[in-house]
Amino acid sequence: MAGNSDPLSPRAKLAVTAGKAVAAASRAAGRGSGSVIGGRVALKLDPDLLARLAQNLDVILVSATNGKTTTTRLIAEALRAAGPVVSNALGANMPAGITSALAGSSDARYGVIEVDEKYLAGVARDTAPKCIALLNLSRDQLDRAAETRMLAENWREGLAGSKAVVVANCDDPLVVWAASSSPNVIWVAAGQMWKDDAWSCPSCGGVMQRPGDDWYCGECGFRRPTPSWALSGDHVLDPHGSAWPIHLQLPGRANKANAASSAAVAAVFGVPPQVALERMYQVQAVAGRYDVVQFQGRDLRLLLAKNPAGWLETFSLIDPPPTPVILSVNARSADGTDTSWLWDVDYTRLTGHPICVVGDRRLDLAVRLEVADQHFQVYENLDQAVAACPPGRIEVIANYTAFQDLRRRVGN
Amino acid sequence: MSDNQLRVVWIYPDLLSTYGDQGNVLVVQRRAQQRGLDVARLDVRSDQAIPTSGDIYLIGGGEDRPQRLAAERLRRDGGLTRAVENGAIVFSVCAGYQILGHEFINDLGQREPGLGLLDVVSVRGEGARCVGDVLGDIDPRLGLPPLTGFENHQGVTHLGPTARPLARVRFGNGNGTGDGTEGAFNDTVFGTYMHGPVLARNPLIADLLLKLALDVNALPPTDDRWYEALRNERIAAAQQPA
Repeated sequence: MAGNSDPLSPRAKLAVTAGKAVAAASRAAGRGSGSVIGGRVALKLDPDLLARLAQNLDVILVSATNGKTTTTRLIAEALRAAGPVVSNALGANMPAGITSALAGSSDARYGVIEVDEKYLAGVARDTAPKCIALLNLSRDQLDRAAETRMLAENWREGLAGSKAVVVANCDDPLVVWAASSSPNVIWVAAGQMWKDDAWSCPSCGGVMQRPGDDWYCGECGFRRPTPSWALSGDHVLDPHGSAWPIHLQLPGRANKANAASSAAVAAVFGVPPQVALERMYQVQAVAGRYDVVQFQGRDLRLLLAKNPAGWLETFSLIDPPPTPVILSVNARSADGTDTSWLWDVDYTRLTGHPICVVGDRRLDLAVRLEVADQHFQVYENLDQAVAACPPGRIEVIANYTAFQDLRRRVGN
Repeated sequence: MSDNQLRVVWIYPDLLSTYGDQGNVLVVQRRAQQRGLDVARLDVRSDQAIPTSGDIYLIGGGEDRPQRLAAERLRRDGGLTRAVENGAIVFSVCAGYQILGHEFINDLGQREPGLGLLDVVSVRGEGARCVGDVLGDIDPRLGLPPLTGFENHQGVTHLGPTARPLARVRFGNGNGTGDGTEGAFNDTVFGTYMHGPVLARNPLIADLLLKLALDVNALPPTDDRWYEALRNERIAAAQQPA
């Protein structure tokens, strides 16, 4: 068993202690959890700290454009069947936040770590993971992040020498391209509704053919690998062909896909799918996402959608009309300051829902909805929008900082 | 335009649709429909032939490799050049704008021939990437209100004698040549570095494309209050120091 039995070096211990002290000071000052600033200080004192903290753990990395926080939670719950787990459950997914999370536990066996897409290759180098789960890759914040195909290329290069078992979604051609440099891949047919970042073959640039659920490049032979695990409706199919029912408190197809990938990861560590899936039922809201809160006599369901692929999956899980929908979009630096992605979202899917629009960039959304020929109302703030809706369920869909604003306002 | 049907062609969404480029197609489509026109929208992938009988062609932005692939396939196809010879209107953005010129620098660092439909030549900029809100004054001959948009590019585009700058920037970079020019146009072909859904912020440019395609001087009015509100907000934002 790989407990943290090896003592850390004096330098590493000092770094961990200093990091915790700074984090505590940051918390006391009311500046959030302090995990990022604490991790930064610790890494400054001992740049190899992340590698040192990871060396006594079985590390599992989780990366994707969408679903990585939730999947990290699902995997962590599943693996607790096999031993204590440490995880960056709050979504601090860059090296400082990861370091801080790992420093928080000394007796864990498993480290389940969400990693920002841009940092995956580096964190994989530092932490020598046993397993890496890759869920999807799609356009997100192009004004500050790398181009999507370049990210896939970066993953591919970073994973080429890895000894990790890679659990990867075979329905996303960019993920397949990234993962197939790796000698040990377990393919999961987890689905991917958004297809518009993978019409061009990542290998040769040919045009992708997509008959049904299959895909292949018409020119170079790059094609969908045969999966050993699959999401099939409400079930996970394991490599033996057994179907295991998925019971989640989390809504939507995308979370079933996350559960399927998580079950495949859990199996790598000897946790059978039935046990893993039962444990996943425990996961309720993840950092406020999918939470239903009472506010002004209505039931608001809080849904985070940061990019076109995320909005598409979110539209597929909301209650049907006439359930009202409140949309909130910001374009602060954490969101990306460019709102052009709104034009990649198909808002005609909201036809029939009363639509309320709020957020810093409500006028961008208003024009977008006008062109989509939707009926909508624009409000100054959430309170006014909620007041305009009848009592009952309201679906509230927001991008990153808009979601944080929303949680703050409703006291979640 | 024939049979009372306006044919709008979106060129290569599989390669050149990086960030909301579909917006320009949707805005042209919507504003044509609001004028009672029957619109046929045709999305042409890069393994399909470009039809030569379209009225308005839209071509978007893309990453470096897809841009090269698009240029290769458009040259081989030849359909867009024939369409322009037939009098079609073309509106291009970022990577698409560069492709319509004589040449640009491709992902391999080489000079890649374009289609030569605009008298411009693009090179790669030495400085930082140009990212942010832009405000400019459109060529007065076009009779349009100020240009507002968002740029995100590293290209520098030099205009030849038969291309006119689409606008002069008050804030932002545009063509990146340091002389304040942004975009280019001739009688029927337009290009801009305002990326993605630039027509959503400049609906009267969409109307200009429609007027040119329909060969009319005016269009029935539309209710543009949301466009106006957005324009006012973004024009004010462009003037704020970053």
